[in-house]
Amino acid sequence: MNRTHDLCWMIGGPQGTGVDSSATLFARSCAVAGYWVYGRREYHSNIKGEHSYFQVRVKTEPVYSHTDPVNLLATFENSTAQLHAFEIVDDGAFIYDPKVTDPAKLDLKPGVLLFPIPFDQILEEIAQATGKTQTSLSIIKNTIAVAASMALCQLDISAIEEALNGIFTGSKAKLVSLNMQAATKAYEIMKNNPDTAKFNYVMEKPATVPAKGSRYLLNAAVATGLAKLKAGCRLQTYYSITPAVDECIYLEDLSEYGLPVVQCEDEIAAINMAIGGGTTGVRASTSTSGPGMDLMTEGLGWAGINEVPVVMFNYMRGGPSTGLPTRHEQTDMLACLFSGHGEYPKIVMCPGDAREQFYDTFKAFNYADRYQTPVTFISDKLLANNTVCFPKFDDSNMKVDLGVMAGKDAKFDENNIEAALQKFPRFKITEDGISPRALPGMPGHIYWMTGDEHCEYGHITEEPEIRIPMQEKRMKKLDLAAREILPEDQLVVHGPENAPITIVSWGSTKGVILDTIKVLKEKHNLDVNFIQIRLLSPFPVDAFKKAMANVKRAVVVESSFGGQITQLITMRTGIQIEHEVLKWSGRPISETELVAAIQEINEKQSRKVVLSYGL
Amino acid sequence: MVSSPTPLKTPLKGSQLKSDIHSEWCPGCGDFGITNSIQQAIAGLGMKPWETFIVSGVGCSGKVPHYIHTYGMHTLHGRSLAFAQGAKLANPNLHIIAAGGDGDGYGIGAGHFVHAGRRNMDMTYVVFNNEVYGLTKGQASPTLAQGAQPKSLALPNPTTAINPVTLALACGYTFIARSYAFDAKHLKETIMKAIQHKGMALIDVLQPCPTYNNIHTKDYFAEMVDVGGSQVPRVYYLENEGYDGVVKNPNDINEVNAKQAQCFEQAHKVEDRVALGVYYQIERPTFQDILKKNIPLLNEFTPVELPYYDPQTMIANTDLSKAAADFTI
Repeated sequence: MNRTHDLCWMIGGPQGTGVDSSATLFARSCAVAGYWVYGRREYHSNIKGEHSYFQVRVKTEPVYSHTDPVNLLATFENSTAQLHAFEIVDDGAFIYDPKVTDPAKLDLKPGVLLFPIPFDQILEEIAQATGKTQTSLSIIKNTIAVAASMALCQLDISAIEEALNGIFTGSKAKLVSLNMQAATKAYEIMKNNPDTAKFNYVMEKPATVPAKGSRYLLNAAVATGLAKLKAGCRLQTYYSITPAVDECIYLEDLSEYGLPVVQCEDEIAAINMAIGGGTTGVRASTSTSGPGMDLMTEGLGWAGINEVPVVMFNYMRGGPSTGLPTRHEQTDMLACLFSGHGEYPKIVMCPGDAREQFYDTFKAFNYADRYQTPVTFISDKLLANNTVCFPKFDDSNMKVDLGVMAGKDAKFDENNIEAALQKFPRFKITEDGISPRALPGMPGHIYWMTGDEHCEYGHITEEPEIRIPMQEKRMKKLDLAAREILPEDQLVVHGPENAPITIVSWGSTKGVILDTIKVLKEKHNLDVNFIQIRLLSPFPVDAFKKAMANVKRAVVVESSFGGQITQLITMRTGIQIEHEVLKWSGRPISETELVAAIQEINEKQSRKVVLSYGL
Repeated sequence: MVSSPTPLKTPLKGSQLKSDIHSEWCPGCGDFGITNSIQQAIAGLGMKPWETFIVSGVGCSGKVPHYIHTYGMHTLHGRSLAFAQGAKLANPNLHIIAAGGDGDGYGIGAGHFVHAGRRNMDMTYVVFNNEVYGLTKGQASPTLAQGAQPKSLALPNPTTAINPVTLALACGYTFIARSYAFDAKHLKETIMKAIQHKGMALIDVLQPCPTYNNIHTKDYFAEMVDVGGSQVPRVYYLENEGYDGVVKNPNDINEVNAKQAQCFEQAHKVEDRVALGVYYQIERPTFQDILKKNIPLLNEFTPVELPYYDPQTMIANTDLSKAAADFTI
């Protein structure tokens, strides 16, 4: 028996049978036991029945990506066995229900250890003990699979109980004991199996167990939800679309924070309602995915010309059109940058993980207010759905920036109606492009807004002598943002200086790239560093050129067919990056794949490596 | 704290609500009458111009906010209600008057029209209904009758017209009225009633387009018509005919059914005459009422007032620990 510090576990099943809750329980149990976990969720665009699966990678140190072969596959139904059995490493293990699966008929590697679990028998015993029907208990099969897995990896069963206590709270708390009865039985069965001792992936204890309550286990949809509450978002609108809807539902459930979440008739209403909110001074946002963003672009242009703060979150998925509605892709970048006709200043942010997404979401509202312009925030299905363990976010010192406001203390004097009726140059031409803002409801600051070009008061004009400086004023805000946004929020270089290979990327590939850099150094003694672009507009031109100055071989990594960041970099800087690692199967890039791809580029100087692993 | 807007002690004159912008509308356009009536209604109710927000879409009518001295928002084609509802949600103390054309509201904006009714947001929607798209040279709007051929159309209109009154009834509008652009008194009073109504109000305003609609002209509305051998004005008032569209007891399902049936029947009457007035009115909980039930904090603060930072340090002070407990390990 060896010990490992890195285990990849998988569970699968038809959608609707509790695959998610099973994985959540496993991930949470491992996290409770002091490990770091990364959970990857894959599901079909279907409500019930189609195959979904969840991978949980467990490590003794922080981990941000999945690996390809799994060490341990657990399932209680046959489709997962048939689809994924080949993925188990040759000294891995397979936990299954012998009533539904015959391992002899599977594509298993010869060394894989087999662990049949009598799922129905366990349920029957609990049914008898509790007087419940066996059918009503079938969801507990998930807990059985998790407990068997925990026993195999020699993880303490108490972690399951603690995790169950965290998951089943309030009125659901009574489910804990029911689940623990099943867990205990499964755990015992595995402990008594002589083959258990042969399993090679017994988890090593972490060198330091993080203090209780010091970490979060969450996905970026939740991280953004939290940050919206912290940022004082007071109007969230949406039209149901995967995967953005997760964030909206999460926020709706937190009604005690006072944020109205409005489900609209379509994405057009969603963005325009948010902009309507933005005009009155509330921090407003909407969340959508590619097809919804297409519909929102007209509204964004209106917010652009009217200098209304609003934040649009685009959780990318596979495109074009409805594309791969529940799968991962990074292909809306150019659409986000160039959406909407005409020219208006856009701030486009792209966090790399749930932690960045928390801090960036908060900043997105500040940027919207400070620069009085729509902010597009690009996330994706991977970030929205995959769970990661992070040290607790520090939200103790987050500062609100409302930008330049006029008329905040404006009072209405009944005896001076003329003053109260004063109009206000809302779109005043200024040196830095920022005009002081007033809000409907303020006396003495009356102004107008229009989608047409307009004068300082907001009335329609087509006069070149107004159009020219007005457009210049608006576009100047991008220069100001480029100067003011912290350098580390624009571009970050990770890893050693003077590496023979530099990865260039943006967004959710950050996790797998960081993990890959570590593996390449530790196992292959290859130094690789990583230029992470964090702000797409305004593009950090100078910082990027500086970071590229000593680069020997640059490789773009992106989940797309066309290498969108490669195109953007050339457009903005003239630099042409020759190597690309691309994947457009709708599945995220694994550490295993990226390690191999970078090695291939290092050894063979391949121009383009296309990845395709995964179901 | 949530406070209701109070009227001015000394109401303004309608003329004080005219902006200093010169109108771009064609001479004789019904838009002048409607704009004037909106101004008169705001003045008549003592509304504070800075707490009033006029929201329009695109087209001739889209320009209306520019001519009124209140806060104004001239938005996108068909989208005025979406913008307006967002503004109302964020700051319920604002009086919101959405204004737009028939193409804007019943055509490109039809989806928003439907769902604004379902929400019963507390606001007023004035639709300038002249049966044509004026600003793009007179194409048929959704309210032009099938077979009608104003001079701007190359062929008779191939599609049937929608009925704004019954469409609104079906969507859940809680105040549905019809008025006429050049009947200043009736229009002003109807707008005042609509603003005072607590809920989503529609006023479908019949309006001549002197340039493109040569069928329903100012003269047409002014004509006398023959009813049972006697000459009567084409335009008449429902209230004068004993019609009462107001539901007295919203919980009385029989009364509600009867008033809805009456509204439907009246709106679909085939006659030469044009009936103005309140077709239907009922008190129902508004979106805000329901929001306050679901989100108790909104009983204390409007969304725009709800604090989230320390004004001295600007540090965000919302305590996330309760929400974060679920995923704290």
